[in-house]
Amino acid sequence: MLSWASPDWIVSTKHAPPIRYGSGPARLTGPDFLQPMLAALIVMTGIALALGAALGYAAFHFKVEGNPIAEQIDALLPQTQCAQCGYPGCKPYAEAVASGEAEINLCTPGGDDGARKLSELLGREFKPRGVTVEKLKTVALIDEQTCIGCTLCIQACPVDAIVGSAKQMHTVVSRICTGCELCLPPCPVDCIALVEEPRTPQNWRWKYPATGLKVVA
Amino acid sequence: MIQRLFRFRGGIEPPPHKQESSAAPIRPAPLPPKLVVPLIQSSRGSARTIVTVGDKVLKGQCIGEPEDAGGTAIHAPTSGTVTEIGRYPMAHPSGLASLAIVLEPDGEERWITPEPLDPAHASREELLLRIQASGIVGMGGAVFPSHIKIGKDAAVETLLINGAECEPWITCDDRLMRERAADIVAGAKILHQLNGARRILIGIEDNKPEAIAAMAAAAQESRSGDKAGVNVEVVPIPTRYPAGGEKQLIRVLTGIEVPAGKIASDFGVQCFNVGTAHAVCRALAHGEAMISRIVTVTGNVERPGNYEVLLGTPVSSLLALCGVRPGTNRTLMGGPMMGFALPSLDAPITKGSNCIIAASPALFPPPPPEQACIRCGTCARACPIGLQPFELYWASRAKRFDDAAGRYHIFDCIECGCCAYVCPAHIPLIDYFRFAKSEIRARDEEHKAADQARARFESRAARLEREKAEKAARLAAKAAETRASLAAGDTALIAAAAQRTQAQAPDNATTTPDPT
Repeated sequence: MLSWASPDWIVSTKHAPPIRYGSGPARLTGPDFLQPMLAALIVMTGIALALGAALGYAAFHFKVEGNPIAEQIDALLPQTQCAQCGYPGCKPYAEAVASGEAEINLCTPGGDDGARKLSELLGREFKPRGVTVEKLKTVALIDEQTCIGCTLCIQACPVDAIVGSAKQMHTVVSRICTGCELCLPPCPVDCIALVEEPRTPQNWRWKYPATGLKVVA
Repeated sequence: MIQRLFRFRGGIEPPPHKQESSAAPIRPAPLPPKLVVPLIQSSRGSARTIVTVGDKVLKGQCIGEPEDAGGTAIHAPTSGTVTEIGRYPMAHPSGLASLAIVLEPDGEERWITPEPLDPAHASREELLLRIQASGIVGMGGAVFPSHIKIGKDAAVETLLINGAECEPWITCDDRLMRERAADIVAGAKILHQLNGARRILIGIEDNKPEAIAAMAAAAQESRSGDKAGVNVEVVPIPTRYPAGGEKQLIRVLTGIEVPAGKIASDFGVQCFNVGTAHAVCRALAHGEAMISRIVTVTGNVERPGNYEVLLGTPVSSLLALCGVRPGTNRTLMGGPMMGFALPSLDAPITKGSNCIIAASPALFPPPPPEQACIRCGTCARACPIGLQPFELYWASRAKRFDDAAGRYHIFDCIECGCCAYVCPAHIPLIDYFRFAKSEIRARDEEHKAADQARARFESRAARLEREKAEKAARLAAKAAETRASLAAGDTALIAAAAQRTQAQAPDNATTTPDPT
């Protein structure tokens, strides 16, 4: 009989095996011991095989073409294709940053703002390069009186924004031009200039509302 | 029939200041010495000029053709000579210049032969084309091309004619309704013929009893004119700003709340300003293109009133007509709530300019200093759209544009100014929203340009790669061909090569050159 009065209901330790602390030689030996061991081995191997198969299937069927990190980096770059970073375009630079061989602050048009965004994306330390992007967008303009039709600028343009052919006048499609300046050095007659994009009521922006200074005294 | 009215959320009741300019009848403004007609007069594209400098044009003659299906034509406001096609400062808060045709009037006002189009005997396509060719855009301020709106293939239940004119100081629609009610109703009927609505409702704020009476009389007359015709009804609505906003008026008159991102046509409603209806009538029944509009000139002037102004008239000459009083420190285009300060008084009157206000510190006291926002929520209660202006303010101020656009829906803001009007901290909220909107638009444009540049760079790289591969393949094929013919024992090639060598150097073809 169990009652609060007698302590009999508390499981007596008299007949129970002594509690073992720490590691010591196991009591169970021989086939009795092997059975749970085998079961565990089979289960663990099964799990390992199943997961391995799932991973293998995923690696084969859900393979991502290209480098997703490089694409994310490419999306943050200004796509000027100016090659000032030392790579032939924005995408090659993105790939170099993704593989860790390039610094994140080499992009001149992107400036410090761009480098900061890359550092946020990649978790790499931001290093200022002292370039601000508060520059108005510029586009190339060919002085058509001086142009001799040598096609060198056409070959240099990374976005095919220059129209013309040999010994014919060339002109820049300003809507497509990124202002990368790559057409300037090859020109033998220096007939290309970068001009600021004209401000029109369509691309004009409202200015940031001036916040009053607080009068302290 | 008694029309049930609905309430829109929020809104304010500012002092109306209508009586200053509403008393005098519409007067024609005299010809200015030169007219500057901008090529961009619609929200959906500009016109392409079809005249050259030196051309003589007649009043109402088309001088700019629509550039695409969304554009509208522009016309010579008077007869005269085209003296220049150049860039002129526009009626825009930036004061930046854009392309315009400059016309020197000859003072004779010779009209081009008008070609009226009888709506009863014209097809829908003909009517739409005529509306586009007459340069008709929404005259309530948005300058949306009317032929696009009315040409939408939508089942329209209600045609709304907006005569609410809710913004303080402006009275041009009021005077138009008082004096030219018959034309407005006739225009509404033409619009009705185009969209096949079941009813026409003309909504007018109840602070314009004369306009309501005139319009009701015109509607009555049109009803008695054709018994089988559509029911035109004039509905006085409570005066509450911004009842004249398109979505607000639709809410008040039909109870329909047009959700964000949808347009009224999706819900069987189309809304046109009274000025637009009037212009449609003039264009079709009288063959007169849109070359003038009614402009309210008021504020700190000697003779406030409404003027019929030729498009392209400089604001300065209009102000001179009314006698600007001393103390005027800036000039507003549009009303005090939604208008903007004109940077230059040379800016011309365009199809969307409904009001010019000479502002003085006495009439429009400068706002008290801006204080910190404590998120009291007064602005949210006043917002007719149901936005949270204080959240928008914080997001815009911190330049968190993704939040402003995505979370707080800044592009649903109609910039009515109710929030700034009620703000106890006197924060110029609309300035912040306009700033954020233009930054977001610019950023989107930049992204588009970057995507385009990326695509072009990649396609160029692919092309170069392909050309290189093609060249290599060509050379390899050529080499293989030569090798094959040599292997086949074709000695002609070797003989030909030897001959060439001899022909080039006949002297030393057989002897090796002396190494010394």
